[in-house]
Parts: sequence; structure tokens; C-alpha cells
Amino acid sequence: MANPRTLEIWVGVFVAAGIAALFMLTMRVSNLSGVLNEGGYVLTARFENISGLKERSPVTMAGVNIGRVTKIGFDPRTYQAIVTMRIDNRFDNLPRDTSAAIFTAGLLGEKYIGMEPGGSDEVLKPGNEIELTQSSLVLEQLIGQFLFNKAAEGDN
Amino acid sequence: MINLLAELGRRALDFFERLGRGHLLLLSILWRQAGLVPRFWLVIQQIYSVGVLSLLIIVVSGLFVGMVLGLQGYNILVDFGAEESLGTVVSLTLVRELGPVVTALLFAGRAGSALTAEIGLMKATEQLSGMEMMAVDPISRVLAPRFLAGVLSMPLLASIFSAVGVLGGYMVGVVLLGVDEGAYWSQMQASVEIYEDIANGFIKSVVFGVVATWIAVFEGYDAIPTSEGVSRATTRTVVHTSLAVLGLDFILTALMFGD
Repeated sequence: MANPRTLEIWVGVFVAAGIAALFMLTMRVSNLSGVLNEGGYVLTARFENISGLKERSPVTMAGVNIGRVTKIGFDPRTYQAIVTMRIDNRFDNLPRDTSAAIFTAGLLGEKYIGMEPGGSDEVLKPGNEIELTQSSLVLEQLIGQFLFNKAAEGDN
Repeated sequence: MINLLAELGRRALDFFERLGRGHLLLLSILWRQAGLVPRFWLVIQQIYSVGVLSLLIIVVSGLFVGMVLGLQGYNILVDFGAEESLGTVVSLTLVRELGPVVTALLFAGRAGSALTAEIGLMKATEQLSGMEMMAVDPISRVLAPRFLAGVLSMPLLASIFSAVGVLGGYMVGVVLLGVDEGAYWSQMQASVEIYEDIANGFIKSVVFGVVATWIAVFEGYDAIPTSEGVSRATTRTVVHTSLAVLGLDFILTALMFGD
């Protein structure tokens, strides 16, 4: 390290490279966009069965990500799951009778909530509950049903 | 029998004495960090020798670790028809574990050993005593800037390692083996969380930076001032840092990703 000037430049290059790498990790590798939109409004929905849905699971409409599940609770009176989700503020015109269903991405993929818009003129307000819901499909139940039907066919 | 017990006791006492000296040194180094503000030039000099000179080995290792991860991940995932998840495998492995840990191990070998040897030789050639004679505090003049430089450099090096590794995985997975480019990045972005994964990996690298530099500086300062003592201290730096990093990594992983 002869010249203080070159040394300073090298340290500057090093620090810049480190910050650039960290920047790339946050912007390119992670889903920062999902975090920046912490703002948004909250909706809830009740499901008979949410098996596999997790906090931070995506909420989509027409396949586009419009929010995330923020909390999953349980109602001990009705024995239903209460899912709280945060919807991005840009999508504040969802009809009042929008329905929510739990789907699976791919055959064994992650669960997500798919929303289907209704036809009502009223829009969902922050804190509203989505009335029309469809539960998650449980693979074991599906296979059990299929086997049952096959067995019933065999009896006839 | 009594001799054996006495030997055991002596070793235990030595161990705890060293542990105590190490912590006292850490405290006095931390205490003197404020004094570095008007002499930041010292820290920059040390960042050059600790960080900039480690860049080459970090970049090359990061690239090859990423490439190997891409190759191995592809070979396993393709059996399940899930080679699209290659981006997830490469990035999570690097950001959560390999980035901080391998960087810390390389850092111990490249920078930690150099720090120990330098400080140990300063002690052996009585430069440190000379400073004290001139009323210059060797801890604030020699140890504190080196410690701060190590703690600042380590997270930067780990970030560079992870970023270069992701690019290495991209080179092998997408360019060479033909994984879809969009899937590589989008699957990665869908599964890497900024707080959960990137921030926790960053915290890991900061912790490893503190531990690695602390051990290096302490071993040098505590070395027996002979050429043999310095060589032993250098070996101990690398061994102890590696053990501490691997052990701490397990604890940090259990705390961060355990539930």
C-alpha cells in the first residue's frame, strides 16, 4: 500500500462492491416489492378448511398477486378458520360479493388464495369480511372419495 | 493421582484465565472505538488489508460454490422435474448458510491469520512495548482499528460472496444446463424473504465478523513473544475461529430458522 490515494480508491471500490452486492441480494433475489407495500387494507374470510395455507401466502386475483395472508386464526364457536389478509391499496375496488377460494400452485405446490370478482356495485371496505369462500382441497380426502366411488362401482 | 488432578485444575484455570483476558480485551477495544473517529484513516488502511485484499479469494470461491450448487442442485431436481426451483435452492443455500459461513472460514484463513501474525510479531519485536514507552496506547492505536475494519469488512465480503454465488448458479443452471431464465429468478424471488433470509444472513455475517476479528486480534495480542509463540497463535486463530463460527452458526440457525 504505497500511495494513500490508490488505497483510498481501492477501499471505496470494495465498499461500493459490497453495497452493490447487498443491493442485488435485496432487489433481485428477494421479494422486496412485497415488503415495501406494507400499506394496504385488511380483509378477513372464514374457511371450513385451510390446510396448507400459511402466513405470507399470496392472495391473487386473475392470477395477479394483489396481497398477502397476514394472520390465520381459529373461531372456537363456529370451528372455522379466520384468515386475515392485507390487500394492496391499488386494488381498492373489489366488489362486495367477491369470492375467495384456496388453490394449490401446481400439483404439490404452495397454497394460495384466489379471488373471483363478483358483480356488485358496492366495494369491499377495509375490515370487511368476504362471505363467499371455498375451502382448500385436501388430497387425502380426494383420494379417499375416489377410492370409495370405485369400490361402490365395483359392488354394482 | 493428585498430580493428575492438579494438572486438570491448572489447565481449567488457564482456560478460564484466557477466556477472561479475551473478554476484557474485547471490552477495552469496544471502549476505545469512539477514539477512532478523528483517526479514521487507520481504519481505512486496515479495511484495505483485511477486506480489499480478501476480495479475490472471496469472489473466486463464491463463483465456484455457486456453480457447484447449480450443477448439483440441477442433477437432483431434474429427477423430480423440478429444475425450475434451482434458483430457490442456490439462493437460499447461499444467503442463509454458505455465504456467511464460508466467507467467515476464508476470512479466518486469509485475514485473521495475517492479523494475528502481524500483532504477534509487533509484540515479539517489542513494538507494542515501544508504543507504551511513548505513551501511545497500543490497544487504541493497533487493535481497535483492526477490529473495526474486520467487523465492517466481513458483512460486505459475505454479501459479495452470496451475490457472486447466485450469478455462478445462474451461469451453470441457465446458460449451461438450460433452466428457464425467468423461472430461475422468479422462483428465487418468490421464496427468498428479505427479513427472514437476507437480514438474518446479514446478522450472521456481522456476528461472525466480530468473533473472527476478536479471536484474531486477541491471539496476536496474547501470543508468547517468540517466533514459535507467534506461529502457534496463528494456528490457533484459524482453528478457534473455524470452530467458533461453525458452532455459532448452528446456534444462530436454530434461533433464526428454528421454529
